[in-house]
Amino acid sequence: MMALTGLFLITFLIVHAGINAMIFFNDGGETFAHWAHFMGTNLIIRTMELVLVAGFVVHIVDALLITKHNKAARPVQYAYSNPNANSTWYSRSMGLLGTIILLFLIIHAAHFWIPNRYNQFTTGEELNLFTRMQDTFSHWYVVVIYVAGCFSLFWHLMQGFKTAFQTLGINHPKYNPLIKNVGIAFSVIISVLFASMPISMFFNLVH
Amino acid sequence: MSENNMKITLKVWRQRNNKAKGALETYKVDEVSSDMSFLEMFDVLNDKLIREGKDPIAFDHDCREGICGMCSMYINGQPHGPLQGVTTCQLHMRSFKDGDTIVVEPWRAKAFPVIKDLVVDRSAFDRIIAAGGFISVNTGNAQDANALPISKELADRAFAAAACIGCGACVAACKNSSAMLFVSAKVTQLSLLPQGEPERQSRVLDMAAQMDAEGFGSCTNTGACEAECPKGISVSNIAHMNREFFAAELNKK
Amino acid sequence: MATLDSKIPEGPVEKKWTNYKSHVHLINPANKRNLEVIVIGSGLAGASAAASLAELGYKVKVFCFQDSPRRAHSIAAQGGINAAKNYQNDGDSDYRLFYDTVKGGDYRSREANVYRLAEVSANIIDQCVAQGVPFAREYGGMLSNRSFGGVLVQRTFYAAGQTGQQLLLGAYSALERQVGMGAVQMYSRHEMLELVMIDGKCRGIIARDLVSGKLERHFGHAVLLCSGGYGNVFFLSTNAMGSNVTAAWKAHKQGAYFANPCYTQIHPTCIPVSGHHQSKLTLMSESLRNDGRIWVPKKKEDVEALRKKQKKASQIPEEDRDYYLERRYPAFGNLVPRDVASRAAKERCDAGFGVNATGEAVFLDFTTNTRRYGNIEATKHGHHNLPDAEIMELGRGVIKEKYGNLFDMYKQITGVDPYQEPMQIYPAVHYTMGGLWVDYNLMTTVPGLYALGEANFSDHGANRLGASALMQGLADGYFVIPYTIGDYLSTEIRTKAISTDHEAFAQAEKSVQEKIDKLFAVKGTQPVDYFHRELGKIMWEKCGMARNAKGLQEAISEIQKLREAFWKDVRVTGEKDEFNPELEKAGRVADFLELGELVCKDALDRNESCGGHFREEYQTEEGEALRDDEKYNYVAAWEYKGADWELHKEELKFENIKIAQRSYK
Repeated sequence: MMALTGLFLITFLIVHAGINAMIFFNDGGETFAHWAHFMGTNLIIRTMELVLVAGFVVHIVDALLITKHNKAARPVQYAYSNPNANSTWYSRSMGLLGTIILLFLIIHAAHFWIPNRYNQFTTGEELNLFTRMQDTFSHWYVVVIYVAGCFSLFWHLMQGFKTAFQTLGINHPKYNPLIKNVGIAFSVIISVLFASMPISMFFNLVH
Repeated sequence: MSENNMKITLKVWRQRNNKAKGALETYKVDEVSSDMSFLEMFDVLNDKLIREGKDPIAFDHDCREGICGMCSMYINGQPHGPLQGVTTCQLHMRSFKDGDTIVVEPWRAKAFPVIKDLVVDRSAFDRIIAAGGFISVNTGNAQDANALPISKELADRAFAAAACIGCGACVAACKNSSAMLFVSAKVTQLSLLPQGEPERQSRVLDMAAQMDAEGFGSCTNTGACEAECPKGISVSNIAHMNREFFAAELNKK
Repeated sequence: MATLDSKIPEGPVEKKWTNYKSHVHLINPANKRNLEVIVIGSGLAGASAAASLAELGYKVKVFCFQDSPRRAHSIAAQGGINAAKNYQNDGDSDYRLFYDTVKGGDYRSREANVYRLAEVSANIIDQCVAQGVPFAREYGGMLSNRSFGGVLVQRTFYAAGQTGQQLLLGAYSALERQVGMGAVQMYSRHEMLELVMIDGKCRGIIARDLVSGKLERHFGHAVLLCSGGYGNVFFLSTNAMGSNVTAAWKAHKQGAYFANPCYTQIHPTCIPVSGHHQSKLTLMSESLRNDGRIWVPKKKEDVEALRKKQKKASQIPEEDRDYYLERRYPAFGNLVPRDVASRAAKERCDAGFGVNATGEAVFLDFTTNTRRYGNIEATKHGHHNLPDAEIMELGRGVIKEKYGNLFDMYKQITGVDPYQEPMQIYPAVHYTMGGLWVDYNLMTTVPGLYALGEANFSDHGANRLGASALMQGLADGYFVIPYTIGDYLSTEIRTKAISTDHEAFAQAEKSVQEKIDKLFAVKGTQPVDYFHRELGKIMWEKCGMARNAKGLQEAISEIQKLREAFWKDVRVTGEKDEFNPELEKAGRVADFLELGELVCKDALDRNESCGGHFREEYQTEEGEALRDDEKYNYVAAWEYKGADWELHKEELKFENIKIAQRSYK
């Protein structure tokens, strides 16, 4: 379940990052607004939005259950442990990274998604998300929070992307390097892309 | 070059029995030779403790040539110590320096309760094998061994999985105390071979169910098991088992 | 004096087993369910017997002292398992395997048993493959074979250097399958400490739960001892630390004769002792002798330089090396049987040519064959005129494929890389051919008590050939005992399970309790290991690779003194009702201290040299073992008489093999 929902959420990231990248056309957010409007009104997308929310919920709930189960599997901890000798810190910290991402997600949703949908429900009008982005990212602390969120997302993806395949039983000497390298590239591109948005807006590189 | 006069400080987990509370105690061992195995150093320490009228440290060991899987010990934060690819009995003191302090604890997992000091109960592994880690062929039922050709590649892969010694280092290393590496190695070995085909689906389901019932955690893919396995069992076996498991689940009536 | 009835069936040797199986008593399945069998030990013999008997429907209980039946020391066997499959088309047959085994055993084994072993050997391979044992295979998918010491055909099946492990895991999985079905009750971390006798028959055991320390009573219509050999009487051996004679020794004291205890096998290729802390010795598989050449320098000055580490083996030129096995035994060369190879190494080291600081090591050198393999590889891939370094690199790849895990293990233990410098090896105690006397049914002289595998004396005579121990353990367990036990149990179908409240059980438990209390009561100063080491020294020096009457007499009196000292000065720490490895060791060493004397006594009594038993007084002019077939063509079966032993002889008849001096020249 973790792997399936994880891969599903990864597809969401692609779409989300793709559309948001439209701001880099530097056309005052025109292209971006076009696609944001499409996303905000298309029936299929709106249905998928519900599936997406469900995906997040399942991913999170399953993670909590597994964590609880796994904690119970070792009631007495080691007095001294040297886990860095056999595994990477981020592979052991998926829960922590995930929690940071969740916190970020709440803040992020409060900035854009919730007000926008609220407005749609109450007035039937969408907000101008581009100007909202410009507003939101004019505060340095917001930018810092977003960058931190992207940082966590990067490490979460570094482990999550490739191991989702492992969990689903896809492990083959011929394809493993491909999965690994695509995973790294994906983690870098998505995270850098996302992080570059608040940064570039803060420094007024996009207008 | 061998050295004969190393001084080692040990912090060893002492626990009288399963019910008692345990704690680390400090011991000093002098005249340690770099040619000694880690367990031989414990022999020297125990000899000293007995002569002082103290209770020697209980630890599991038997063949002392790295194959029986009985020795354990979580040494300086790693199962079987700092050297990868070896069991504790094959870890030699040349891997340490004069003056080192070494912390030694038992395997820790709910499914491996402590019996005494560094000795734990690993019978959960036996029960997992009893649940399905076999091919049901009664004595005398076999056909001629060469009647069933098996490609060298397949035989070698099955052998690589079958090399598991059941020591439990994978569980000890895993932050979730997961037994997936152990279970998947057996599942993989038997599912690769044509002889294992008839029970292929029930086997993986039964073994997985027993594994959960024993209280092992779930795999979160940190790879610590593979890194610490003294026999180099690969996590690709875990992927293989996952595949077998999904197929069996989907096929289940 | 009781006569030993070996119960060999009538008929020609190749028909005996078939005839036997056709006429042995059978038991109906409903009755089998009421018959209980106790199995001591979970190695190849024990696990295979327990699984097979449970499959037949018997109620089985299995006991092992380790934490899991999979730990039994069969697991450490490296090289392989013999079987007369003749897959290589090189002229193998049941008769050849039979002949090689009898000859290899220096004509001191029972023909009928050995022939049966050869006959069932092929079934073992079939059974193991069916269980999923991943034997080595050729590219075409067929099973691969290698050759082993003492034979001229390739009949050894193997799984890299871990054959014992794979076979044991096969038997273990068959055993666990029965455990899962409830047909076998498994008692891990339990040690058998006494046999319970009722009306002259074996009816059960007293076992100690090693975790709680509690003594338990278990009833059985029959008891199978599959508890392995007694090599640890030498303290340093290739056996596991826990390997012991206790179960067999308790049986011996209850009336089971102990046969040929002096037949102990010294394995020629072990890693030499590194210091006084040494707790055990590690074997390097005999299969290495396929590709390794054994040598010492010809010149004393080279020996000196090696000992002082001023020279490396690779710096000694070819003409200054003495490949003494090839020199002395041109026909078999480095593949002579174990006893011959061991003594030859001792001879060179005694003459002052030992290559390490202790003077007790010879080289096992892979250079020649690495180069040969390298050339083959180069030709295969169409490379010509490669420089030597590259050819050696190719060759090392082949060597790695064949022996990788052994080379790694060697490096791990010694810190020296055997791909670069030759291995150093020296003989060490490895296997014991002697054991409880059994008849053709594998029953000891105690009715209802059987001994299987290394625990019995039966098939290897005075010397065991490589890759035959696994064969015998599995033959006994899978294919012999399931038939032969019926011969006895068919007479027991009317015997209801006897309550463990029976007086005999109470008595036996009491005697065990007293022995444990006695051990604690000594409250001496020396740890158990001290006595074990001392015993080992006496045994190795005076009853090891070469023995003589004077030494053996000394050894006997020294062991008696050591035994007295043990009971006066041993210190057993801890309590009896807890997990207490020191107490376990103390009990085992106490038994070794008695057995050691019998081994020496038997060695002293056998005034000849044969196989693993080499008496310096009896050798040919070339230093080969000199048998005395006139006087000693018998199995020496010793009956325990309290203070001493009484010797019973089973005459050996050779009807199918012409008895001759062994020659490997």
